[in-house]
Amino acid sequence: MTSYPHAPGFITGDRPQIVTSRFQYDDSFFLERYLATGGYQGLKKALGRTPSDVHDEVKNATVLGRGGAGFPAGTKWGLTPQGKWPRYLVVNGDESEPGTYKDRLLMERDPHQLIEGCLIACYAAGLSQCFLYIRGEMAVAQERVATALNEAYAAGYVGKNIMGSRFSVDIVLHWGAGAYVVGEETALIESLEGNRGMPRLKPPYFPAAIGLYGQPTIVNNVETLANLPWLLVNGAEAYTAIGTKTSPGTRMVAVSGHVKRPGVYEIINGTTTFRDLLYGDDFCQGIRNDNQLKAFVPGGGSAPWFTPEQLDLPFEASQVGPAGSMLGSGAVMVMDHTTDIPRAALTLTRFYAHESCGKCTPCREGGTWLERILSRIVDGKGTDADLDQLLEVGESICPGAFPHASSTELGLSAVPFPYRMNTICFVGPSAYAPVHSALTLFRSEFEARVTKRTRIPVSGSVS
Amino acid sequence: MTSTETNVTSDENQPPVDPNAVTMSINGRSVVARKGELIIAAADRSGDYIPRFCYHPRMSPVGMCRQCLVEVEGPRGPMMVVSCMTPVADGQVVRTDTPQVKRAHEGILELLLANHPLDCPVCDKGGECPLQDQAFSHGPGESRFVEEKRHYEKPIPISDIVLLDRERCILCDRCTRFADEVAGDALIHFTSRGNNTQVLTFPDEPFSSYFSGNTVQICPVGALTAKPYRFKARPWDLEKVESTCTTCSVGCRITVESSRDELLRYQGVDSDPVNWSWLCDKGRFNFEAVASDARLEQPLIKRDGKFVETDWSSALRATAELVSSALRDGGAGSVAILGGARSTNEDAYAWSRLARALGTSNVDAQLGDGLPSTVYAYPQATIDEAANASTVIVLGPDLKEELPVLHLRLRDASEKKRSKIVEFGSKESGLTRYAWKHTGHEPGQQVAAVRSTLTETAVVSQLGKGSVVVVVGRGNLAESPEFTMSALAAVMELVPNAKVLPVLRRGNVRGALSAGLGSGSAVDILERAAAGKINCLVLVGADPLADFPDADLARRALTGVPNIVSLDTFMTTSSSQAQIVLPAAAFGEKDGTTTNLEGRVSQLSRKVTTRGTSRPDWMVAVELADLLDVDLGVGSVHDVFEQMVSTQSAFRPIDRAALKSSPDGVLLAHVGSAPIASPVPDVPERAGFSYRLVVSRKLYDAGQNVANSPSLALLAPGAAIYLHPLDLDRLGAPAGSNVKAIGARTSVVMRVEADATVHRGTAWVPFNQPGGKVGELIDASALVNDVRLENL
Repeated sequence: MTSYPHAPGFITGDRPQIVTSRFQYDDSFFLERYLATGGYQGLKKALGRTPSDVHDEVKNATVLGRGGAGFPAGTKWGLTPQGKWPRYLVVNGDESEPGTYKDRLLMERDPHQLIEGCLIACYAAGLSQCFLYIRGEMAVAQERVATALNEAYAAGYVGKNIMGSRFSVDIVLHWGAGAYVVGEETALIESLEGNRGMPRLKPPYFPAAIGLYGQPTIVNNVETLANLPWLLVNGAEAYTAIGTKTSPGTRMVAVSGHVKRPGVYEIINGTTTFRDLLYGDDFCQGIRNDNQLKAFVPGGGSAPWFTPEQLDLPFEASQVGPAGSMLGSGAVMVMDHTTDIPRAALTLTRFYAHESCGKCTPCREGGTWLERILSRIVDGKGTDADLDQLLEVGESICPGAFPHASSTELGLSAVPFPYRMNTICFVGPSAYAPVHSALTLFRSEFEARVTKRTRIPVSGSVS
Repeated sequence: MTSTETNVTSDENQPPVDPNAVTMSINGRSVVARKGELIIAAADRSGDYIPRFCYHPRMSPVGMCRQCLVEVEGPRGPMMVVSCMTPVADGQVVRTDTPQVKRAHEGILELLLANHPLDCPVCDKGGECPLQDQAFSHGPGESRFVEEKRHYEKPIPISDIVLLDRERCILCDRCTRFADEVAGDALIHFTSRGNNTQVLTFPDEPFSSYFSGNTVQICPVGALTAKPYRFKARPWDLEKVESTCTTCSVGCRITVESSRDELLRYQGVDSDPVNWSWLCDKGRFNFEAVASDARLEQPLIKRDGKFVETDWSSALRATAELVSSALRDGGAGSVAILGGARSTNEDAYAWSRLARALGTSNVDAQLGDGLPSTVYAYPQATIDEAANASTVIVLGPDLKEELPVLHLRLRDASEKKRSKIVEFGSKESGLTRYAWKHTGHEPGQQVAAVRSTLTETAVVSQLGKGSVVVVVGRGNLAESPEFTMSALAAVMELVPNAKVLPVLRRGNVRGALSAGLGSGSAVDILERAAAGKINCLVLVGADPLADFPDADLARRALTGVPNIVSLDTFMTTSSSQAQIVLPAAAFGEKDGTTTNLEGRVSQLSRKVTTRGTSRPDWMVAVELADLLDVDLGVGSVHDVFEQMVSTQSAFRPIDRAALKSSPDGVLLAHVGSAPIASPVPDVPERAGFSYRLVVSRKLYDAGQNVANSPSLALLAPGAAIYLHPLDLDRLGAPAGSNVKAIGARTSVVMRVEADATVHRGTAWVPFNQPGGKVGELIDASALVNDVRLENL
């Protein structure tokens, strides 16, 4: 089979494949191929068992949520209050974290797998309707999922009495209107309801109790659900045999930036290290032009940065968190030694400032302020006072120590994830994360860009 | 007494433990709070002020400004939470004074100020600005923001009254939340996002809400300003007293604010039983009328058909002469007094004392546009009881148009699922969309409508769920008030435990009737006048030519009376028919008390000196009495009050001390027993091609207060006849064209408009609109009035 042109550098090797097994086929997104490669067998198996049995299977497999927070899906399903109907499944296909494009491939290349996953989740958690929210910009994914859904309806996999059983569920497609913050689950629910995509206030912390239309709602990531068909066919034991006890199975990682072969890779959870990923022959095969690695973002644009010192950390939340960052959405962005660090930080911060929904003050005002100071510095018009000002503004967004990686060169010890925040959701802190990492780890590069100026004290003591 | 005994006694005296009380600690001090209360509210009571912008106690919290961050002790150490979103909990430890909290407060304030223009010296809010005040008390003192600030066109009008300066806006969501949540007019909203987020109206759809002025009051910065007050004064130049608005009979508590002896602003005061700090725009902005150039300043006397200015002593002597000659020629029955419902209790009482002393019972505070005063004999409900009743039955007027703040209270009751509203009306009202059930009926059919709706199974079970309050008023000026009274009697027969909240609209109508100004009926008086049986008619702030529904009768009456004396603030059409016109003191120019629709008596305060030589109504009554050799035994407004509360049984619970200690007011005593059910008159059949007339009021009309307030005058929608779109199709006249409306006596030409809230077969006409002549189509003696329409 020829490899599909839209997945540059996708190499499977002989690693176990849970969600990407059909990516090798040109026609992977059609029902015919899906059925020929074991499609809808997981659903068939699930329907032969009781919902609680299926739920237990997922719980036993500890399928971690792949949206960013890494919350176990089985546990999440159990959070819905008893006896409140209807309850909904909302699929978060609004993948928009900078550097992340794994869900897009899953939707474009294997939409039936996602649909089957949705059906299994609805069956196991007793959800009466599924809303599939796909990011507005993903035109191909929208088309492929819609086509697949039509096929599935026609073939009796979705709708009334699925596969001849008494289980019925409808899947509703919804296209986003293009806002990053809608990837936040409560903002996604607001958007789905037809309101402005602004996060809801917490508590309640989970929409499981009060979600879409005020009803119990499970919000799952695309990749999380795509794991379910394989899991049901092969069982929790086979699933947990891959990876580690706390991070079983595989996960998809999207690598971008200064590597020889950027792309999406399905790696073994918990054991694969960043070094394996960036330098391994199966994966990225090293830094472009054999340059020096300067820094990398381990988990999407909002994650604090790592330096080569953290290369040997595995994809394991319990190790990445204490080291000062997060695995997040599984996007690794690589910067080699030619990278202009202040400009890189500006690029990311500008994105978050632009995507702020404007609801709460620290994010709305602070994000833009950070962006403007940074662009001044990048333009060579900054002063040394601006550097501390960046940290001061950040302090107003996220008070207290912001996580960062350790560095023997700088004598820094890691401040572990997570952080405290003054904002409603994580967009505000995300705007600060790249600034903080860049300034902490590469302050000299900033200092070289700014003019030293004696500041005349306006008030307070002269020190 | 031994110590054990003391303990026992104190235990017995202790109130039972409140199951809803929680004990928490704020800054190390123990505070008792109610379950479900927010930390910020508990801290307010304990005296620990937490800075805030978006939080408003009368609206749901949104936690947007993030200014009210506090530290709460949690399992993983102190956590920073927003105190406007976090409810209190037993044993909760809250700190508002740690260095971390202080740093957060300074940080957020610096961020809020980053894009806020520092144009405080020219900003209306400067001096009373929460942002300014809290920047001083909780801010960093210095801004490090050196970037260019956000720029927008400023200011832009978002309605005919309110202007918006988006540069000053700190996006706290107060105005937009108010518009959506409290007023139900979600016409302003956030648009765009991130740093470009702004409050805006929808394109071509202005923020034309009856409550838009409230957004100006609750704006924590100077982003929203209102035309009537804009640039008129600085807050530190304003002197204020608390008073009660008498524009309608809801009786909202307000502060009356003036500078250099000119009224400049009314602001809502949060009176829990009444207005919850909200005001309608008409009440808020009609202070302009007090300062209007059109105010009467000198007594006027008609010589050779023309008014000439005179002095008070000549005017009063001439008045006394007119009255005594009337008494001489026609006896006490030939003197009549109309009006008194727009001023204070004291004014009304003084005039009623004078009337009694003269021996006339031709006295009515209403102008045939209300209900008989027997409506007060039913068990009475308060506004709070209505807004907390499980069922509210509305019989009558469109509350949004006539008593806007009562509409807000009932809307809130329905939206918060406390009450279900069952509405009866000849036209859909502003409350209909919040009603659980709306039963439309043709004029005169309300008894049948009540009997059929209230016996439906679902309604019966709803009525059995808890308290029931009947809100009753005059919904249609073109039908006999007897229909509403019969419908009320029918409701009381079907729901005997119901209480009644009469909603007659004129400011102090309840006080005037309770003070004795209701012994006659306006229809009677005017009919007697038309028949030449009244020799002297005193109009106390009454304008029958504009306000009496039957224009023809009013006109015949005023021509039939040889001598009319008018006491008013403006030269009205009726005043111009008078022989003597006396200038009256207006609201804000006199002390006294007023009574709202639920019978709540509260104090009015004088803020500015009276206009010209004008005098309060009571004083005119007393001086006139003197000249007629009647001693009313009073020399000051205090005397009138004391005599009123000691002689009028309804006013018995009221005394100075009670009024002083409860600024929200004291309720009148309930007087009278349930009236005898009125028989239902038969309604005549409607002819096939005619429409049954429904005439009711809009908030803005041609009334003197609106007409003389430049900001409000243009808001009156104007005279037109409204038909259901299908009826308009049948008529074949395009909307906006003129049609000929043919009544029983005469015909008038009016603009016709389509309105889907008008029921089929009826024609709705707003009353007393500029240029309106609907009064010509109303016969006060008819049970209902029909109109035929002809295409021109």
